[in-house]
Amino acid sequence: MTRNDTRKADDSDEQRTDGSGPAVSEPTTRPDATSDSLLDDSFDVTSGSLSGDADAVLETRNLDVFYDGVQALQDVTIEIPENGVTALIGPSGCGKSTFLRCINRMNDLIDAARVEGELRFEGKNVYDDDVDPVALRRKIGMVFQSPNPFPKSIRDNVAFGLEVQDKAGDVDETVHRALERAALLDEVEDQLDSSGLDLSGGQQQRLCIARAIAPDPDVLLMDEPASALDPIATSKIEDLIEDLAEEYTVIIVTHNMQQAARISDKTAVFLTGGELVEFDDTDKIFENPEHDRVEDYITGKFG
Amino acid sequence: MSDTSIEADLTRSANGRIAKERLYHGLLFCCAALTVFVTISIVATLAIDALEFFGRVNPYAFFTGTEWVLRSENPILGILPLVTATLIVTIVSALVAIPVGTAAAVYLSEYASDRMRSVLKPALEILAGIPTVVYGFFALVYLTPWLQGLGLDVSLFNLLSASVMVGIMIIPMVSSISEDAMSAVPDSLRQAGYGLGATKFEVSTKIVIPASISGIFSSYILALSRAIGETMIVVVAGGSRARMFDPSEPFANLLNSGQTMTAAMVQAVTTDLSGGTAGYYSMFAIGLTLFAITFSMNLLSNRIAARYREEYQ
Repeated sequence: MTRNDTRKADDSDEQRTDGSGPAVSEPTTRPDATSDSLLDDSFDVTSGSLSGDADAVLETRNLDVFYDGVQALQDVTIEIPENGVTALIGPSGCGKSTFLRCINRMNDLIDAARVEGELRFEGKNVYDDDVDPVALRRKIGMVFQSPNPFPKSIRDNVAFGLEVQDKAGDVDETVHRALERAALLDEVEDQLDSSGLDLSGGQQQRLCIARAIAPDPDVLLMDEPASALDPIATSKIEDLIEDLAEEYTVIIVTHNMQQAARISDKTAVFLTGGELVEFDDTDKIFENPEHDRVEDYITGKFG
Repeated sequence: MSDTSIEADLTRSANGRIAKERLYHGLLFCCAALTVFVTISIVATLAIDALEFFGRVNPYAFFTGTEWVLRSENPILGILPLVTATLIVTIVSALVAIPVGTAAAVYLSEYASDRMRSVLKPALEILAGIPTVVYGFFALVYLTPWLQGLGLDVSLFNLLSASVMVGIMIIPMVSSISEDAMSAVPDSLRQAGYGLGATKFEVSTKIVIPASISGIFSSYILALSRAIGETMIVVVAGGSRARMFDPSEPFANLLNSGQTMTAAMVQAVTTDLSGGTAGYYSMFAIGLTLFAITFSMNLLSNRIAARYREEYQ
């Protein structure tokens, strides 16, 4: 489906306006129920989904982002399905990282950034006044462009999220499981107390992935996670992402079109000006895109 | 085209460019060497006169003596009362400056908006620019009566008031150096913390402070060296009676007057002790002891800074 198709489908299915919040979905709009539900794990995933499509874990409606009046995202409407890998591709400055950072409200940390429109995570608009970004980020993990382990031991790095999120249970076991899930355990099992900074770049990035998945989020955001790594480390990260997609909804920003083609199920193409031009199955985007501009970009004539 | 090849002119110019360069080099070296020369001279002078002192007074008696009475006839010169008074001032001022200074640094580095920071930072630095005699005066005229008003049984000159004021004086050192260390922590670490659902306070205390701990410790030690060497505040507000620390009444020293090492040196200079007496030479021995203490603290600070040097990506 292209963006326009998506919007048409929504309009006909839903007959709903874009007015935010209260009128849209009864089950999640009891104020106390929603704010609490972002704080504990008993959130009902399917209730109140805008489109009625239980598979869409994230959906935006007419999302605009401005940095000091300069528009970075333009009227983005998208529905990202649960599980699988969704790749966001596009030339530099097209707003794909901005979009990623909207999802867990990391743009809140930038004073100049202003977000308009709706971004629904599991049915709840994350820009509603009653949403605590801290609670939101506990459900949405993030891996950054260059590896950024804390100057702490490997164990403490992975346990950090558990610590701040007060996750009860066997921390050591969770740390082991997360490292195993990030395909790092074999390499570091006997040096869990040494600094995370002693690892190689590729290992550090897998450590950061382990850190992000240890608190068991629902969605994993990745901002060009392999761009600072060599080809071997990159292929390890790619294998890992495909594994993780069985359990998590992975949304990955990448500059590397081959990477998007290799690992993603769905691909969103952003082009200059912060416009989402096309969003569809990855095969369709790479073999037979709807828009000429997307084809030009994919084939390297532009961007 | 002529076929004579033109050779580049690479010969020395006649106008003395090289001689001038040598002159600049020499002048700049002299300025750099001057500070080193002065430092060495001071240490040498202290050491020579201190040796003179130890020729008259048994070093063991000096370093273990618990009484200090400075007079021209039969002075009693035991340095311990002065050392304990200095330690009291240092500890109490640390109790004031370390929590407040660190908290101020966290606020400035992590919480304050750019605008707030641009107002607060210069204000804190003004605090560092106030002459210490003014702090001393303030302690004597305002802080001491205020402490009395709180119901504390402090005498007119007391170490508590002086120590608190020394603590306030060194807050800017702690906060400014700590804030520099905290600001140097890369933003990517904060982002990682926020991305994991940490609050601002958790990011500050669990990521930023541990990552900048060596700079923070350095600020503590530099500030404490400053507190140990502080003179005017303790002379003005602390009194001039040397009093040995009494473990059975640990707070008695705080509430009463006391004399630190620096204050004793001032007294040795300002009273009309004739040169050549043991009392006169005592100030060099005290000075050397003080120098040894602050010098080793600075060494310790460098050691700590190197040991826990922040490694970031």
